[in-house]
Amino acid sequence: MNLDSKIPSGPLEEKWEKHKFEMKLVNPANRRKYDVIVVGSGLAGASAAATLGGHGYNVKCFCFQDSPRRAHSIAAQGGINAAKNYQGDGDSVHRLFYDTIKGGDFRAREANVHRLAEVSRNIIDQCVAQGVPFARDYGGLLDNRSFGGAQVSRTFYARGQTGQQLLLGAYSALNREINRGSVKMYSRTEMLDVVVVDGKARGIIVRNLITGEITAHTAHAVILASGGYGNVFYLSTNAKGCNVTATWRAHKRGAGFANPCYTQIHPTCIPVSGDYQSKLTLMSESLRNDGRVWVPKKQNDKRTAAEIPESERDYYLERKYPSYGNLAPRDIASRSAKEACDSGRGVGPGGLGVYLDFADSIKRLGEDAIKKRYGNLFHMYQKITAENPYKTPMRIYPAVHYTMGGLWVDYNLMSNIPGLFVLGEANFSDHGANRLGASALMQGLADGYFVIPFTLPNYFANEKFEPVNESDPAFKQTLDEVQTRTTKLLSIKGNRSVDSFHKELGKIMWDKCGMARDKSGLEEAIKKIPQLREEFWQNVKVLGDEKDLNQSLERAGRVADFLEFGELMCRDALHREESCGGHFRTEHQTEDGEAKRNDDKFCYAGVWEFKGDGKPSELHKENLTFENVKLATRSYK
Amino acid sequence: MDLTLHVWRQKNSKSDGHMEIVEAKDVSEHSSFLEMLDVVNENLLGQGKEPIAFDHDCREGICGACSLVINGEPHGPEYGTTTCQLHMRSFKSGQHVYIEPWRARALPVLKDLIVDRTSFDRIQQAGGFVSSNTGSPQDANALPIPKPDADKAFDAAVCIGCGACAAACKNASPMLFVAAKVSQLAILPQGKPERERRVLAMVDQMKKEGFGNCTNQYECEAACPKEISVEHIARMNREYFRAAILEEPEKQGHGGD
Repeated sequence: MNLDSKIPSGPLEEKWEKHKFEMKLVNPANRRKYDVIVVGSGLAGASAAATLGGHGYNVKCFCFQDSPRRAHSIAAQGGINAAKNYQGDGDSVHRLFYDTIKGGDFRAREANVHRLAEVSRNIIDQCVAQGVPFARDYGGLLDNRSFGGAQVSRTFYARGQTGQQLLLGAYSALNREINRGSVKMYSRTEMLDVVVVDGKARGIIVRNLITGEITAHTAHAVILASGGYGNVFYLSTNAKGCNVTATWRAHKRGAGFANPCYTQIHPTCIPVSGDYQSKLTLMSESLRNDGRVWVPKKQNDKRTAAEIPESERDYYLERKYPSYGNLAPRDIASRSAKEACDSGRGVGPGGLGVYLDFADSIKRLGEDAIKKRYGNLFHMYQKITAENPYKTPMRIYPAVHYTMGGLWVDYNLMSNIPGLFVLGEANFSDHGANRLGASALMQGLADGYFVIPFTLPNYFANEKFEPVNESDPAFKQTLDEVQTRTTKLLSIKGNRSVDSFHKELGKIMWDKCGMARDKSGLEEAIKKIPQLREEFWQNVKVLGDEKDLNQSLERAGRVADFLEFGELMCRDALHREESCGGHFRTEHQTEDGEAKRNDDKFCYAGVWEFKGDGKPSELHKENLTFENVKLATRSYK
Repeated sequence: MDLTLHVWRQKNSKSDGHMEIVEAKDVSEHSSFLEMLDVVNENLLGQGKEPIAFDHDCREGICGACSLVINGEPHGPEYGTTTCQLHMRSFKSGQHVYIEPWRARALPVLKDLIVDRTSFDRIQQAGGFVSSNTGSPQDANALPIPKPDADKAFDAAVCIGCGACAAACKNASPMLFVAAKVSQLAILPQGKPERERRVLAMVDQMKKEGFGNCTNQYECEAACPKEISVEHIARMNREYFRAAILEEPEKQGHGGD
């Protein structure tokens, strides 16, 4: 597997500018001769499709939802980082770059992260020009808040629904191109495979979710912007439809999967309340600006929050990390919550919860000020729990939220399959082993608006393309394979529902490959998952028709992929004998329980190559070199 | 709690539908409405019956995928709440619960409780955008926007495009949905250059899709899970009249009259 990262030469600060100039362009009159497929319509997909359409390429965009506006980027709450330094508190491109590298526990590529920090500023300009109503102060200028892992206020926001506003901005840009005829939108259409012809990605196979019809689409390049794989855990903050299918099927066609074990467990989510539960709800990290996290000092303390006096509370983040306090990065805050609960000091039913308390802020700023900042989040919390967070502290617990791993890409966001590009959460490139808050929106839009529009033309201009069409053998064969698999799922007629398999897989993943991992647990998971997968293919029960809208069938295909993917995730976690960011191996920790990296052995991206069903995947390494930052132990104390 | 559900079942857009009675036993009051349906679906599957199809995705009230008319009310009895955030504590044991899809000619049923809302996308495609190329716009702070304007635009921009407004309206009018976008962009300076063209094109597309018009009953505001005010419809009407007087209707996007 060729893992040439293609990082441009020259000083870090000049790489992107220099590369942009050196890359080849496609003449405006020739652009319409190139067909581009974009899979996914979230921030990365919609911004890429809109921009490439605007440039004159012939774009087809696909999403499984009923409208591109529903992609899960819409649910991002807190904000988007940008090194604008509007607050004059010492921010700069270099500081955002450094914070992101450090936040990722030194497991990301320097050059990619620096480019991300550079273009972060353009994103805000672009979104404001589209009419995105960011929060403003009374002078009419943009307001900022601070987020975990940073000591400056660089996060732009739109109340507690920044993702919604940014996605609707990208959706409106996409709509403009659909209106102009440069983008054709296919909603309720799910990608089920990539077609590789002569080593290049030349199209995809899709299923129309209304008619059940399976068809092929050709293109000169395929862009996957299909999001992350957090739903491998069943319970996560992801939307129910989020899945690994697009990236996993691409992996099975040869694309390397990098660092699948890097998953982010978000510290502030509403705790699980029962086994009927279908998903977990995030409470934005921004709440940690004004909320204080605590548990009782005593074990098994059954008193209500109000009954516990100040002196008997442990504000453990403030105690352990005085300089960052409640704004410690996500991986650290999550693990600390787990430790507090594991030590018997958790609150609420089952003891799996910690308090997030706003009493001090309400006293200091007044209830109105808090309502203005977080009104919709408090409202949502009350809806779900029937408790009033203005009066009693919220109860929160960590939940799976984001996945840093993804398909391997080079500096140009191209995978190791020529012509297959991967953007946003679906790739592995920018967040290392842990993503900082408000950086997912930044990366999605950076990739779609400001990176792929430069790197894709360079690919076109340097390649020669043989004409392909849907009746070519490669397309026919891939389509047949998809068809056979779909028919098979309906023909098993077993006794167990798709959901029951998904829940069982999720429990294995959470117990053995969740917030803390160890060798024996991972080995156990690696034994159990193939057994579960085998049972799935013999005993799953899917009703309904193939040529019809069939939600059980859709889910069955996705869960089948999770059952393959989960095993790879555990293998990756097992091989990485160190703790870094979101990957915490209990065997590798410092005396005070912090993650212990092993830079001598594991300063690389672990990239897995698929070798065939039932055969072990092969590990390849892209070594990470740090020329501009010193590898250091992360400290937020 | 135990409930008797009366659910609309329809095989596809071509077949006729009917109400079907489904019993829901031992429902937890802490579960959400959709989680209650998940459990019902698992039971149906166990009995060899096809599960009830319904749209849903984020399950936190923001994607706009979930719908359902529950006991005659879009998104059910709770004010300012999407179906996915409606919890079973709003119901009583022994209650009969009627669950139907959105009903409007321009939102045809695809299966059971799922409707086709692509008409909403086409209305947005007709003009719900600012024509701003990706590139190098001016610095975001070069143009201050008074906070009250930004806040008002935001209040309109929270629309999730679920379709409850059209489902609640006796005229099947999605005017609140259309107005939310028109109003957001009419308030902000970035939307000004295209304001006439936008409102004419979007309203025109709304009519072409077969939706009705607004007769000021405000059912939409009462049903809107994001509590968007009909004030935005008033602003859109003003925008529309203003545009109709000021502008020679453009051929593009206005039916060529």
